[in-house]
Amino acid sequence: MRLKLLAAALASAGLFSGHAQAQTEIQFWHSMGGALGEKTNGLAEKFNASQKEVKVVTTFKGSYPESMTAAIAAFRAGQAPHMLQVFEVGTATMMAAKGAIVPVAKVMGDSGVPFDPKAYLQTVTGYYSDPKGNMLSFPFNSSTVMFYVNKEAFKKAGLDPNKAPRTWKEVLAAAEKLKAAGQECVYTTSWPSWKHIENFSAWHNVPIGTKENGFGGMDTQFAINSPVHVKHITMLADMAKKGLFTYAGRTNQGDAKFSSGECAMFTGSTGAQAGIRKAAKFDWSINMIPYHDDVKGAPQNSIIGGASLWVMGGKKAPEYKAVAQFLAFLSRPEIQMEWHTDTGYVPITQAAYEMTKKSGFYDKDPGAELAVKQLTNKAPTANSKGLRFGNFVQGRTVIEEEMEAVFAGKKDAKTALDDAVKRANEILRQFEAANK
Amino acid sequence: MDKRVVFRSAWLPYALVAPQIAITVVFFFWPATQAVWFSFQLQDAFGLKTQFVGLQNFVNLFKDANYLASFRVTAIFSVFVAFSGIAISLLLAAMADRVLRGALAYKTLLVWPYAVAPAVAGVLWAFLFAPSIGIVTYVLKGFGVDWNWIIHGDQAMVLVVIASVWKQISYNFLFFLAGLQSIPRSLIEAAAIDGASPSRRFWTIVFPLLSPTTFFLLVINIIYAFFDTFGVIDATTQGGPAQATQILVYKVYHDGIKAADLGGSSAQSVIIMLIVIALTVIQFRFIERKVQY
Repeated sequence: MRLKLLAAALASAGLFSGHAQAQTEIQFWHSMGGALGEKTNGLAEKFNASQKEVKVVTTFKGSYPESMTAAIAAFRAGQAPHMLQVFEVGTATMMAAKGAIVPVAKVMGDSGVPFDPKAYLQTVTGYYSDPKGNMLSFPFNSSTVMFYVNKEAFKKAGLDPNKAPRTWKEVLAAAEKLKAAGQECVYTTSWPSWKHIENFSAWHNVPIGTKENGFGGMDTQFAINSPVHVKHITMLADMAKKGLFTYAGRTNQGDAKFSSGECAMFTGSTGAQAGIRKAAKFDWSINMIPYHDDVKGAPQNSIIGGASLWVMGGKKAPEYKAVAQFLAFLSRPEIQMEWHTDTGYVPITQAAYEMTKKSGFYDKDPGAELAVKQLTNKAPTANSKGLRFGNFVQGRTVIEEEMEAVFAGKKDAKTALDDAVKRANEILRQFEAANK
Repeated sequence: MDKRVVFRSAWLPYALVAPQIAITVVFFFWPATQAVWFSFQLQDAFGLKTQFVGLQNFVNLFKDANYLASFRVTAIFSVFVAFSGIAISLLLAAMADRVLRGALAYKTLLVWPYAVAPAVAGVLWAFLFAPSIGIVTYVLKGFGVDWNWIIHGDQAMVLVVIASVWKQISYNFLFFLAGLQSIPRSLIEAAAIDGASPSRRFWTIVFPLLSPTTFFLLVINIIYAFFDTFGVIDATTQGGPAQATQILVYKVYHDGIKAADLGGSSAQSVIIMLIVIALTVIQFRFIERKVQY
């Protein structure tokens, strides 16, 4: 019996190593559905065709939380993929799982594949780097939040369609006019916490949390109940009361409200452009997000959303080398430019940005460049390089629940933001205790 | 006349119930034990570090005012789902029982929703009631109702109750119909000859004779409202706005599956388990006395 087992083990080991010598297979789990999924598969196919040693196998694992859950379960069962696409709010959770992941900087360094961290755009990679600047995960699809304006509605309300409001004061003035002209939904937003708390803080250079928004350590606390935050949420609540702001929900429900023409002004992801282009039967423009001109230092720079690729732990050295080759391939300017121009996600290297500029793409599609310009508006500060909060999936839910209470008129902004800070801090302490 | 089956074999009865017991152990006792075990632990998402924290997870939950608020939400939700689900299906069953022509077509149509997955039921109703594009919203607007469950908590509650009830009516309907058909015609006819009105016949003869079915459905519907409705919630309100539809089981799902907080989520499921056990015991001890078999 023992002999048989040994023989079987030897045979399978032999089979395995023989296979590995021929071609290293890399499992890549992602959450890119539909057209984006095709593009992602296209990237892998292109890479597979470009060389013989490595084969990247892509698998669609459902939404971001679903694929993360699947990977966690697979890791617990010892069958994690090599690469996993994780949304930005999962960053701290992944980073804390020291044995489960390998930092990208280490994967690249060990592999000997040429890798220059300085070639990447700081605002994009900063979000996914440790305080020393080592890249932890590889930015794959990065978006940011933009301000969209329905030009026809502006014209109808007697506003200059080519002059989108730049400050919240101007937004309010325009909103009153739009309302007076019979516009039913004046302004709406997608991703309320991402836009009105996270990006709002970065754009106004105020902290979202202590310890450099959590970059400096797990003992961070939320700071989103500052006077600047309270003032902004109070303004939104007033707008809601006057019928100038329509709350659309926690995810991208605002997109359809804008593209259908229901709402005249809208803040949403750069990724919303494709859908708007397809559905909107009116002339529209894409602009930088508004700011409060009485806040010193505003506008700073906006932060990204989207997802990055994490390399999972417990694999063999040749497999990591294969992963490094794939990541190097993804960083190539021509690949980045293709991804950027096809999907609307921002490029991650300076070279890819320059190349796209030279190609004349931005002349046809100024919105695509505006996102990069807004992200790099100023050199990122401790308040605007991103955020790193443990269990932020729960934290964001808490923030959005409290925002909803304000917009429904159940709480005032100050109470709600105080409650949000208190509740979200408890989640942080729980995370800190679990990852000691 | 009392009829009893006596097994002469020592092992046969055990062998016969073994498959059922095996299924119960694998799909109920084992996960339930694991949930209890995890509820005493604090673990990171990947299970790399595990600490035994005793009752800390429970203490954290009961310190959280929002968790306590979700008990109230769950109670309101379950009562509405169970009672309106049972009442509507009893009405439908009583009607369908009297139909002479095309009875099969009615019955089939009424049973249909049972084949629909909870999440699909949720999406379906969410579309009908969608704030800007829903057809029902459009009609309500005509009546001057400002329908927007994205921001109005009570409307969100109405939506998830409707979707959950609609999904469960078929199940209740089937049991009520079977119950109605097993009531001897002679009883009802005798009452009719004595001059009892249809509503009197229903309340004094049919309803008491249906009480075992109603009691069974009450237990099942409460359990349904507690456990099976998270698909509906996830597909529509996701617990919002501002936790207005955050029922206990949805929070278990959100914290455990979406937020990978295994300890907290397990503690919550242990609490739900205790509540449902308590409710079932109460139902059997106090309400069952009123049931006439």
